[in-house]
Amino acid sequence: MMRYSAFSVFLQGLTGNKGWASAWGSPTPKSHYDVIIVGGGGHGLSTAYYLAKTFGFRNVAVLEKGYVGSGNVGRNTTIIRSNYLLPGNNPFYELSLKLWEGLEQDFNFNAMVSQRGVLNLYHSDGQRDDYARRGNAMRLHGVDAELLDREQVRKMVPFMDFDNARFPIQGGLLQRRGGTVRHDAVAWGYARGAASRGVDVIQHCEVTGIKRDGYRVIGVETSRGFIGCDKLALATAGNSSVVADLAGIRLPIESHVLQAFVSEGLKPFIDTVVTFGVGHFYISQSDKGGLVFGGDIDGYNSYAQRGNLAMVEHVAEAGVSMIPALARVRTLRSWGGIMDMSMDGSPIIDRTHLDNLYLNAGWCYGGFKATPASGYCFAHLIARNEPQETARAFRLDRFERGYAIDERGAGPMPNLH
Amino acid sequence: MASLITCPHCGRRPTQEFTIRSDASLKRPAPDASQADWHDYVFLRPNPRGRHSEHWHHSAGCRRWLVVERDTVTHEVYGVRDVVSDLAGGAR
Repeated sequence: MMRYSAFSVFLQGLTGNKGWASAWGSPTPKSHYDVIIVGGGGHGLSTAYYLAKTFGFRNVAVLEKGYVGSGNVGRNTTIIRSNYLLPGNNPFYELSLKLWEGLEQDFNFNAMVSQRGVLNLYHSDGQRDDYARRGNAMRLHGVDAELLDREQVRKMVPFMDFDNARFPIQGGLLQRRGGTVRHDAVAWGYARGAASRGVDVIQHCEVTGIKRDGYRVIGVETSRGFIGCDKLALATAGNSSVVADLAGIRLPIESHVLQAFVSEGLKPFIDTVVTFGVGHFYISQSDKGGLVFGGDIDGYNSYAQRGNLAMVEHVAEAGVSMIPALARVRTLRSWGGIMDMSMDGSPIIDRTHLDNLYLNAGWCYGGFKATPASGYCFAHLIARNEPQETARAFRLDRFERGYAIDERGAGPMPNLH
Repeated sequence: MASLITCPHCGRRPTQEFTIRSDASLKRPAPDASQADWHDYVFLRPNPRGRHSEHWHHSAGCRRWLVVERDTVTHEVYGVRDVVSDLAGGAR
């Protein structure tokens, strides 16, 4: 693999930039792989990367029905954080944040990891208590958290409407190590890192069937013919129910659409990530200058990668309530991604009732920040047949056993998480 | 998603007047049904890509529970009926 560095940029600049090799090829599918990963998004590619790098697998394929990064890894609001309350979640997301911190050096790709902080605002005494509890839980897990009062928040983000009649800003919970990452670069970096270690990243190859012999998967039918495998791993969040159905599995998941927005480019305005406590609204500024923001899921089952105007209006109202200056900003683009909304708001990384079929699903709208740990833990499960320590709680049968990880406390109503 | 939904009682109304509950194809088990049946009902979803029926509540209108048939890919609405029409005894 060609190593990227300041020196290689300099050297290529002298020779007309003609020497850059492609980051991953377009291999023809082999007839058999040790592991096939379905889904060439962030989680599938990071799984392949860690399988090859950490667990020594060489004969691995990633099958992607579109192109690398065409799904949710390119459709999120690029936020990373580990500000979770529950013991089943927090250590996992903290592992992910630690992996983010070393990721660029690890896979030799500039993913623009920026730890600019994530600030959750609170607007009432009750919400303050809730955030204090969450912050304390984080600190007990060894994760950084600071509870800020109104004046400390004002110092950080002075342009907000602190005296909003309905939602006055009283303070916030800050995780300084949170931040943003260039999302496309994450897919590209993992694809390149996996391909350079012998993984076949096969694009435009849709899985149409899962072939079984009793309780063993022997391969997959695809748009490019049958491909055999020893182990099959599904990482198709958004379409998990459709793909799992090929193996006769019904999941505790509904697919919902979540919209995101970007404004025209502005001069530096917001140097952190801020979330408003009204339902949901979050905003940051990309390095190009666009304000990147989003809100809640639309609330109805959908596989269409576009949302409804009612939610556009709601997000705009929440944004202007928080930062009145946003009323003058023009929105450039909006888009939708399909979320695997699970029944408790937490993901699934587990084996299934088939011996060699592994499932990675149910990421709700928290999948992007989890990308490195999800890949690492899924690779661990595939390689060793036992869960990685921080992902033990993400079992498929947890609902049956009464161990739901319900961060929001909303019950089995996916459109409320 | 369509911006207007035709409520059988109120006519064409904005989508925002409705509250979506969940999949209308699920059948509530008997109170003494097995743990497994209850688990399936409460937690598992067919989550179809395509035609889907849902329980909608016209919460800012007539407050009736409705069944909306629609497509989860195209967002086309095929039909709306009162839940009563699904019960034994027929339509009201």
